[in-house]
Amino acid sequence: MFKILEKQVLTESPVIFRMVVEAPRIAKSCEPGQFLIVRADKDGERVPLTICDYDRDKGTIEIVIQVIGAETDKMSRLEEGDGFADVVGPLGKPSDLLELPVEELKKKKILFVAGGVGTAPVYPQAKWLHDHGVDCDVIIGAKNKDLVIMEEKFKDVCNLTITTDDGSYGRSGMVTVALQDLWNDGVRWDHCVAIGPMIMMKFVCKLTKELGIHTVVSMNPIMVDGTGMCGACRLTVDGKVRFACVDGPEFDGHLVDFDQAMARMKLYRTEEGRLYLREKEGATHHGGCGNCD
Amino acid sequence: MEVDMMKKVPVREQDPKVRATNFEEVCLGYNKEEAEAEASRCLNCPNPKCVEGCPVSIKIPQFIKAVKEGNVGEAYRVIGESSSLPAICGRVCPQETQCEGKCVRGIKGEAVSIGKLERYVADTAREMGIKPAPPESKNGKKVAVIGSGPSGLTCAGDLAKMGYDVTVFEALHEPGGVLTYGIPEFRLPKERVVAKEIDNVRALGVSIETDVVVGKSVTIDSLMKDEGFSAVFVGSGAGLPKFMNIPGEQALGVFSANEFLTRSNLMKAFSEESNTPIMRPKKAVIVGGGNVAMDAARTALRMGAEVHVVYRRSEAELPARVEEVHHAKEEGIIFDLLTNPVEILENEEGWVRGIRCIRMELGEPDESGRRSPVAVEGSEFEIECDAVIMSLGTSPNPLIASTTEGLDVNRRGCIVADESSGKSSKDGVFAGGDAVTGAATVILAMGAGKAGAKGIDEYMNA
Ligand SMILES: Cc1cc2nc3c(=O)[nH]c(=O)nc-3n(C[C@H](O)[C@H](O)[C@H](O)COP(=O)(O)OP(=O)(O)OC[C@H]3O[C@@H](n4cnc5c(N)ncnc54)[C@H](O)[C@@H]3O)c2cc1C
Ligand SMILES: Cc1cc2nc3c(=O)[nH]c(=O)nc-3n(C[C@H](O)[C@H](O)[C@H](O)COP(=O)(O)OP(=O)(O)OC[C@H]3O[C@@H](n4cnc5c(N)ncnc54)[C@H](O)[C@@H]3O)c2cc1C
Ligand code: SF4
Ligand code: FES
Repeated sequence: MFKILEKQVLTESPVIFRMVVEAPRIAKSCEPGQFLIVRADKDGERVPLTICDYDRDKGTIEIVIQVIGAETDKMSRLEEGDGFADVVGPLGKPSDLLELPVEELKKKKILFVAGGVGTAPVYPQAKWLHDHGVDCDVIIGAKNKDLVIMEEKFKDVCNLTITTDDGSYGRSGMVTVALQDLWNDGVRWDHCVAIGPMIMMKFVCKLTKELGIHTVVSMNPIMVDGTGMCGACRLTVDGKVRFACVDGPEFDGHLVDFDQAMARMKLYRTEEGRLYLREKEGATHHGGCGNCD
Repeated sequence: MEVDMMKKVPVREQDPKVRATNFEEVCLGYNKEEAEAEASRCLNCPNPKCVEGCPVSIKIPQFIKAVKEGNVGEAYRVIGESSSLPAICGRVCPQETQCEGKCVRGIKGEAVSIGKLERYVADTAREMGIKPAPPESKNGKKVAVIGSGPSGLTCAGDLAKMGYDVTVFEALHEPGGVLTYGIPEFRLPKERVVAKEIDNVRALGVSIETDVVVGKSVTIDSLMKDEGFSAVFVGSGAGLPKFMNIPGEQALGVFSANEFLTRSNLMKAFSEESNTPIMRPKKAVIVGGGNVAMDAARTALRMGAEVHVVYRRSEAELPARVEEVHHAKEEGIIFDLLTNPVEILENEEGWVRGIRCIRMELGEPDESGRRSPVAVEGSEFEIECDAVIMSLGTSPNPLIASTTEGLDVNRRGCIVADESSGKSSKDGVFAGGDAVTGAATVILAMGAGKAGAKGIDEYMNA
């Protein structure tokens, strides 16, 4: 069992919460950009979650979870003192950016674009850069004020821009609008990292391609094992098949076939996907998530 | 019981029509009377050919004699000298090309049903509560085993019997390797058989730590340097799926057999109780002809699909166990042989709507003696379907080799290791099973685990 040492609810609707979990082996070996596979209990599904922070000395890792279905809902009902049946990792490759020599990083102008729950995994990267004396810009996008998470933590480690779709906090509009505005104001970047919903990453990439900014995205396709064994997570990148769990999760965003990746998410996840399966073969998915009925 | 000396005592099986709709075990096995009758067919040859055909040289006539005499405990002990997973091997070994393929009874009539007898002995011993005994004393030396498939479990069990302190590290949340995630319930019951065999290994004092991906959570070097393991056995299998690289392979409804089987077996998606989703196709095309293909086909069938197996060679070349092909046919699986896919067809929403294939014919034998298939020009045709499951074989995961300095692999990504000792190019590191040979069989993996245990023991005492 992997014990939950700390739990904090970040937003209420949708529910997003943060947990600190005891996992000494993982805390010792993980790097920013990697992820975990977590099972709530012995009948749980294998849910991929990004490592949002870690403490090597204490042997703990931090995750931030948004409730979107049966398993994430089950996790939201675990409390401090409870535990996860399984936590496997660290999986995937560490972020390429952080492999560069610090001197080289210092010469770069780096931008992170974070959307929704994707904000959480940006944090360890920004913090890592800050700890190594490298400045960076971060744009956080959320639907509205209530959904902006981790603002205080970010403020300490980067130049932060917040934007909300409805303008209830920070700037008004999607992250792409904020990015374009900053660019129009004369801000320039050599490197962009975008983490968030696929649709957000797709549009960020469209814009950064036009602006000529090299962009890395963190892909979150459907996964099973997370070790390269099943191929469920396969994507097309630069015309070649790649497994997100072992070749990624980070890829050159200008080379990812987003439309295909988004279509593949339909398989079990979207309403169409579920309805499709339900129509075709009856009630095969009954997560009780409230989305389907 | 009347016995026809030329024929095997028939084994009871679930009726094909009934079993096509459930996940219960197909073969019900012999009872005492049937087993003893079958055992009486063995000639107890002074120079037993069957033993030569067995990759781990089980003393077959001896154990069969004990069965005939009604002494299951003795039979279990004889098998246990050579094999640590008899309930599993009795069920999944390709006996027709091994022991039974060599049995002298097979010259004129049918071979002795060695596999079914082995299964009878193991199942009966389990029911009687016979367990392997843990070692009397430990030697205090720590050995790590990577992977809990048949090679890892066997190596761990043998080392524990010699007194070593053994820890098995397994990447998945359940131990067993392919026995747990790959081979379906209806062929190899998980709770009743696999879990019990693993319990037996634990009973020897082996500890199994799941959720550890060697190469990620820890490395071989960190295990040896920081955690005090003096030797490591790598039994990490060959788990990477292959795709064909034909157009349409990214369509919704195209799966690797590994994904389909893992969802069904490891995550129990076959059961309505499971939260893990799985596609339940109407009409599925399985590409390939090995055991994996048969398992995927029969799993899809049990989920209600009409199933076609598309294989590019002819029936004689099907690499699957004969029994599986026979069972698959009985259950109504359609074999489209000498057929090769060229493209997967999608509908407007990106879901599979069919597969375009081309007919093949067998050409001249190649160096390996196998007749290689050649496409018949202009023979393309379409099979309508809503799912395609690729069962084209697997290769070893590069994760361990790429994170272990000094561990050599060959061109196919298989770890280079000595067959008789499992010794690799790296000091203190041994390897065996599918990780070394590429996808093979349970018994060969088990044999490699035994060899590795012996090799490690020699290394530690050198
Ligand atoms: C590399 C990676 C990192 C991720 N990091 C985070 C994170 O830090 N925080 C967070 O809240 N979420 C993250 N996700 C998404 C998260 O895994 C899904 O939201 C979760 O699996 C949904 O499970 P569910 O049972 O609640 O939902 P359901 O919709 O009921 O799940 C249905 C099925 O689809 C699968 N599935 C659905 N959506 C996804 C998805 N996006 N990715 C993978 N499998 C999916 C589930 O595993 C399940 O098998 C990440 C995904 C990936 C691949
Ligand atoms: C569907 C299917 C059906 C089959 N049917 C038959 C049959 O009927 N008869 C037969 O004889 N053979 C059959 N086989 C083949 C047989 O199962 C394999 O040859 C055998 O299991 C190989 O054993 P192994 O111990 O080498 O590896 P595996 O059984 O593959 O076990 C390897 C284990 O190592 C773990 N692992 C891998 N990498 C790591 C890592 N980095 N860190 C920690 N753990 C790791 C894996 O998760 C896995 O549990 C079948 C195979 C499949 C896939
Ligand atoms: S070859 Fe056949 S008949 Fe002879 S000992 Fe072996 S099983 Fe018995
Ligand atoms: S999740 Fe199975 S191969 Fe990536």
